[in-house]
Amino acid sequence: MSVTLIGIPASMGIAIANAYTLCNPVLNVVKKEVTDTEIELSRFLKAVDQAKSELEEIQEKALHSMGQDKASIFAAHVLVLNDPELIDPIKASIIDEKVNAEFALSETSRVFINLFEQMDNEYMKERAADIRDVTNRILARLMGVVVPNLSTISEEVILIADDLTPSDTVQLNPRFVLGFATNVGGRTSHSAIMARSLEIPAVVGTRTVLQSVGNGTLVIIDGLEGKVIVDPTAEVVAHYRRKQEVYLAQREEWARLVDRETRTQDGSRVELVANIGTPSDIAGVINNGGEGVGLFRTEFLYMGRNQLPTEEEQFQAYKAVLESMKDKPVVVRTLDIGGDKELPYLNLPKEMNPFLGFRAIRICLDQQEIFRSQLRALLRASVSGNLKIMFPMIATLNEYLQAKRIYLEEKERLILQGVQVSSDIEIGIMVEIPSTAIMADVFAPFVDFFSIGTNDLVQYTLSADRMNERVSYLYQPFNPAILRLIDHVIKAAHQHGKWVGMCGEMAGDPLAIPLLLAFGLDEFSMSASSILPARSQLSRLSREETAKNRELILSFHTTEEVLAFLRNTFGL
Amino acid sequence: MKNKEFILNNQGGLHARPCSQLVSLASKFTSKIVVTLNGKEVNAKSVLGLMTIGSKEGDILQVTTEGPDELEAMEKLIEFFANL
Repeated sequence: MSVTLIGIPASMGIAIANAYTLCNPVLNVVKKEVTDTEIELSRFLKAVDQAKSELEEIQEKALHSMGQDKASIFAAHVLVLNDPELIDPIKASIIDEKVNAEFALSETSRVFINLFEQMDNEYMKERAADIRDVTNRILARLMGVVVPNLSTISEEVILIADDLTPSDTVQLNPRFVLGFATNVGGRTSHSAIMARSLEIPAVVGTRTVLQSVGNGTLVIIDGLEGKVIVDPTAEVVAHYRRKQEVYLAQREEWARLVDRETRTQDGSRVELVANIGTPSDIAGVINNGGEGVGLFRTEFLYMGRNQLPTEEEQFQAYKAVLESMKDKPVVVRTLDIGGDKELPYLNLPKEMNPFLGFRAIRICLDQQEIFRSQLRALLRASVSGNLKIMFPMIATLNEYLQAKRIYLEEKERLILQGVQVSSDIEIGIMVEIPSTAIMADVFAPFVDFFSIGTNDLVQYTLSADRMNERVSYLYQPFNPAILRLIDHVIKAAHQHGKWVGMCGEMAGDPLAIPLLLAFGLDEFSMSASSILPARSQLSRLSREETAKNRELILSFHTTEEVLAFLRNTFGL
Repeated sequence: MKNKEFILNNQGGLHARPCSQLVSLASKFTSKIVVTLNGKEVNAKSVLGLMTIGSKEGDILQVTTEGPDELEAMEKLIEFFANL
């Protein structure tokens, strides 16, 4: 009987093979009174030593198959084994309370496991699994239980388990273990992270897969949609084999596109860049072939703390990003925060309508020291790379001119102080407030570029909150009103020789890309993972041919007509 | 006894890798090395202890070394935090 289980997609891809069910031995700890504590102590220490040797062996293996980064997890495990805060209390427990090593160990480690599981931080919560892994290893040695050795698997299988510990996953040979599914876990559990690093498909958090699959049963793992199909029919298998082929061909194509610049079928250049939230996102941008950063959100510097970031802290963060992107453009958005976000130290008033309230550039123009500090940090970092700056939530020309004036004042000041500052920093604005979109032709002579923030532009223009289920149907990026605004902004900018980018979600939407190309958008900024698919799509679109659709698209009266046309014309 | 304050400059504070590196470094010395954050004191040679103080970027750690090699230990620690 075929069964389909739903879980969380942890790692992309499709795998089809017979199941190998992993039943980790249950280690039942029973409290026992011990008469010879010396012997018990040395039994404990011997088990710790054996666990240490095992771990060092696994670490070696991991170093070869997965690299330094992943192998260092096991170095951390060895440190836990050596940790006086773990070992000393256990020793004391054996000697003073005269209990068996198993009990002493499980009691002491439980304290730490609970401590980590209570933490707010996702990362720390996951570390509880590491501690459990280490202590179970010692426990298995103490109890003389053999822990199944996954490295002995020598035929193609799909691993089914309750959970996979770090030491489990490091023993997986992707040549044989084509994928796995677990009962527990989420996208950020170590098992998911390991799956992505091994590049095998995985589905976690299914809750019942281990109980639903018999050893040897045919199983399909769909890591794209988070599905596990148990005992599929021949038809279903054929369907998934096709899906697998398509996915692999796509991945191969994307790998070839990583270092290639984005060009349309008729050789026209388009800039594909990424939206990032912190400096650690940069690796993803580079790995996905991003040609720059189209939106560097700076709010991370201000959130989750109890005071403003210093100019120095900001400088270091901006410098780091600019340096890693080298000569590729990085567009930094100045502070875009508001009353809806927790910034206790700013003492922002509680507002009835935070999205129409005191936020972003409005705060910056009112509390100028915050703005000037950010601008100085940016100016100082500018020599480290290719910096561009944009102001969010600009509603009027005067706001922009005032912001620009403040920027120029700080620039002057730094130059007079003898500080090195880049001489060609482009200054632009986000176009997200309708008044600015409408007045784009008036703004164009004064800015170096526009970046259309469709997420907010759509909400403000159609006056609907996309998070409000009652009215979210009005969140329509393809609404003709929005299309006219986008078209107007691009035309106005181009008439004055300025470029236009888009950093809203729409830029990465395969349905929108042909339309935006037709309208003449110069730069598309999206999440790193959308870059390669977009590059692939653009390489198959002719700018000239696509542009012929512009007038027709702009003649439609409703979102539905626009969507129908796009779907029909571009086969999406 | 040597005493010094360090600002955690890296994202994520003292998470896995820097944590392990700090413990490995501290364990090389015989001196007692204690790290204090927001009033919580932990043994710098304990990886579990260091992870539980829940540090993050921007936190100010107080570090004390006490023992025969306290000077050398502090010097190496200064180097460590500078390169985080």
